[in-house]
Amino acid sequence: MTPEQIKKPENVVAQRPALLNDNTMHYCPGCSHGVVHKLVAEVIEEMGAEHIAIGVAPVGCAVMAYNYIDVDWIEAAHGRAPAVATAVKRLNPSRLVFTYQGDGDLAAIGTAETIHAANRGENIAIIFINNGIYGMTGGQMAPTTLEGMVTATTPYGRRVDLNGHHLNISPLLAQLEGTCYVTRQSVHTAAAVRKAKKAIRQAFENSMKGLGTSVVEIVSTCSSGWKLTPAKANDWMVEHMFEAYPVGDIKNTTTQKS
Amino acid sequence: MPKITGAVEIDRDRCKGCDLCVVACPCSVLALETHDVNNRGYHYAADVNPEACIGCAACATVCPDGCITVYRVVEK
Ligand SMILES: Cc1ncc(C[n+]2csc(CCOP(=O)(O)OP(=O)(O)O)c2C)c(N)n1
Ligand code: SF4
Ligand code: SF4
Ligand code: SF4
Repeated sequence: MTPEQIKKPENVVAQRPALLNDNTMHYCPGCSHGVVHKLVAEVIEEMGAEHIAIGVAPVGCAVMAYNYIDVDWIEAAHGRAPAVATAVKRLNPSRLVFTYQGDGDLAAIGTAETIHAANRGENIAIIFINNGIYGMTGGQMAPTTLEGMVTATTPYGRRVDLNGHHLNISPLLAQLEGTCYVTRQSVHTAAAVRKAKKAIRQAFENSMKGLGTSVVEIVSTCSSGWKLTPAKANDWMVEHMFEAYPVGDIKNTTTQKS
Repeated sequence: MPKITGAVEIDRDRCKGCDLCVVACPCSVLALETHDVNNRGYHYAADVNPEACIGCAACATVCPDGCITVYRVVEK
């Protein structure tokens, strides 16, 4: 069969989800945000939750997520997405409420909101994009930046004596009674993307079942901030980020095992 | 043995030439254009070796911009 004979609607096995609209995303080439947006759109579509999903967008590169995924969104002040999501979910318990946040948003300025929402066990899902850097503002050090990692504000590498240790926040959240599911995933290979999608699906289902707070950390790349090509950024992530942020489930108190 | 054949269609103007699909493809079907650019100036990805495609969808799965549609047929 020739490629032209194969290209028929009935033979499609993968395509852009309908909820991810025609707008070209502003993300840099190869940015992990794009892959995770696609997964969020696919999961909402597969759950048939288009009309009940409400996302809370962060400040950071994903600030304009509402331009790309065609569900309802609210834009929160920097780091405050879990507080906004708390109100949205409490007032609309039948809605699927999730936050989408970077590490600067979730683990720096928003640490208090993150910890208290998780500790209260709010029935929200938190999608946490950990690229170890402030992407949007030009690649400054974040709390999650690795020791020795070069950023715009640590040109000689992060120093523990001056800047402290990288903040590994997901295990901290897993210690709180309010979280039911805390997992760490990545999206650098097709297999990893499929696992990350399953994790997002489970987090969204937990939220709808009222089981507590779910956190899906995605260890991500920021090729612009890291000053690497997207493919090299993936390699760097595997070599360095995975040591500090190993992928896998950190906590799962639900009966559904991934 | 049934033969599995695949084909891909790439949304050229949505592509940012990140190369991740090229790296992900197990059958060396894809490559970035070396001369031609799309409407935003990126060397876009193209199926330079289309007969080798097995329709595994690895390329579409890793593409951050949802540019790739994958087709697959199983010939008995
Ligand atoms: C109150 C406030 N403080 C600081 C900023 C500047 N600012 C914008 S984005 C950002 C950090 C974003 O980093 P991250 O959350 O890791 O997301 P990324 O861009 O890497 O996806 C900062 C500090 C702001 N917009 N508002
Ligand atoms: S700056 Fe980094 S996080 Fe932001 S869009 Fe570019 S690659 Fe992605
Ligand atoms: S479907 Fe598989 S074989 Fe075909 S181009 Fe994509 S990655 Fe390569
Ligand atoms: S992964 Fe997508 S955006 Fe990147 S080169 Fe391939 S088709 Fe283009």
